[in-house]
Amino acid sequence: MNTRGLRSQLKDSVPVAGLCTQAGSYGVQDPLRKGFSSVKNELLPSHPLELSEKNFHLNQDKMNFSTLRNIQGLHAPLKLQMEYRATRQIQRLPFLQSSNIALDTLRGNDESIGFEDVLNDPAQSEVMGDPHMMMEYKLGLL
Amino acid sequence: MMNIDQRPCESQRGGFSFENSRRNAMLEENLSKLGYSAPKARKTGTTIAGIMYKDGVILGADTRATDDMVVADKNCMKIHYIAPNIYCCGAGVAADAEITTQMMASNVELHSLSTGRPPMVVTVTRQLKQLLFRYQGHIGSSLIVGGVDATGTHLYSIYPHGSTDKLPYLTMGAALHSVFSLSLSTDRSGAAAAMSVFEDRYKPNMELKEAKTLVRDAIAAGIFCDLGSGSNVDLCVITKAGVEYLRGYDQPAQKGRKQGEYKYKPGTTAVLTKTVTPLSLDLVEEAVHLMDTK
Repeated sequence: MNTRGLRSQLKDSVPVAGLCTQAGSYGVQDPLRKGFSSVKNELLPSHPLELSEKNFHLNQDKMNFSTLRNIQGLHAPLKLQMEYRATRQIQRLPFLQSSNIALDTLRGNDESIGFEDVLNDPAQSEVMGDPHMMMEYKLGLL
Repeated sequence: MMNIDQRPCESQRGGFSFENSRRNAMLEENLSKLGYSAPKARKTGTTIAGIMYKDGVILGADTRATDDMVVADKNCMKIHYIAPNIYCCGAGVAADAEITTQMMASNVELHSLSTGRPPMVVTVTRQLKQLLFRYQGHIGSSLIVGGVDATGTHLYSIYPHGSTDKLPYLTMGAALHSVFSLSLSTDRSGAAAAMSVFEDRYKPNMELKEAKTLVRDAIAAGIFCDLGSGSNVDLCVITKAGVEYLRGYDQPAQKGRKQGEYKYKPGTTAVLTKTVTPLSLDLVEEAVHLMDTK
């Protein structure tokens, strides 16, 4: 199995540690934006909701899939997760914003409006990630 | 704004960004050492109420928004539209109540387009409940949702942490999060004053006029007995036939008129001495710049 680029596909795990690493964009400490470094800042969340919001969709999915498995058997979550994986791959290049229509329709996001649509919409962000770096991360060259 | 907590190679997500919470916590700590305090969110320390009467539901609210101890808005609208047959009163942090109800209105519209049926009050309540619970009370809005749908008349109250109540008559106020030096007698602003009026005079299946007077009296009790509520009474009558939004239904707390003219005539104060000191200024330089007005 070719494991190149596997890390970028391990989107199912959101690391808990590394909440607010002192390293800025270039890998060195960034005291201007992050303040003075302290171990406590890196390990503890800055806001009670930070962790729960980061993992919200993951946890909801886990709950839904396990309920579905209990009701309908293993095939139901397997099929759904296969479909999720397939639609998640329909993307533009990583530094460009993709519309994710198929993924949104599967999840039901096309029929609801939440804070993720109103606040900090990635499609409206004023800065773009470095194209080369993002492509290298995706291909596993980084 | 890019979220600097994510690595640059990961794609961004929308939603709340907690970048500044550490900075804010540190600022608050340092400011309180110096004796200042961080600016507080504008609350509608409020009296809102709702009752079910014979033909439907009546929602009432006062119209004052406060900014700590100063009135920020003398005539704000606290009864928000959710669907043609569902309205919602919002208390607590004004921005939270406003945005939450707007989002709910959009969600309810999308949902009813998807199901092809007019929206139900339980739908709104459940979605609000789940949203507020998800944010564990950090979205500080207490709401009273009322409406008439295909299954009948319903009235729910929703607290900031996500609990709900279904009752024939309800009052709510903003919950106090911090301790003020001037202690208010109730935890929930004008709610207790309004509830006392309801407990005394509520009867099931009242007529429209009687019900309107009752709600107006309850809100007026909140306006007079609570510092966080004031100005006018807004009412919203929802029936199967339609909605009647009575903005400024009553103005119990009008400003009094002055009895007479209190200005002093010129010459009232006698002039004792007068000294004139001319300032001698020399003209040093004179330059003329023409503006290009083509």
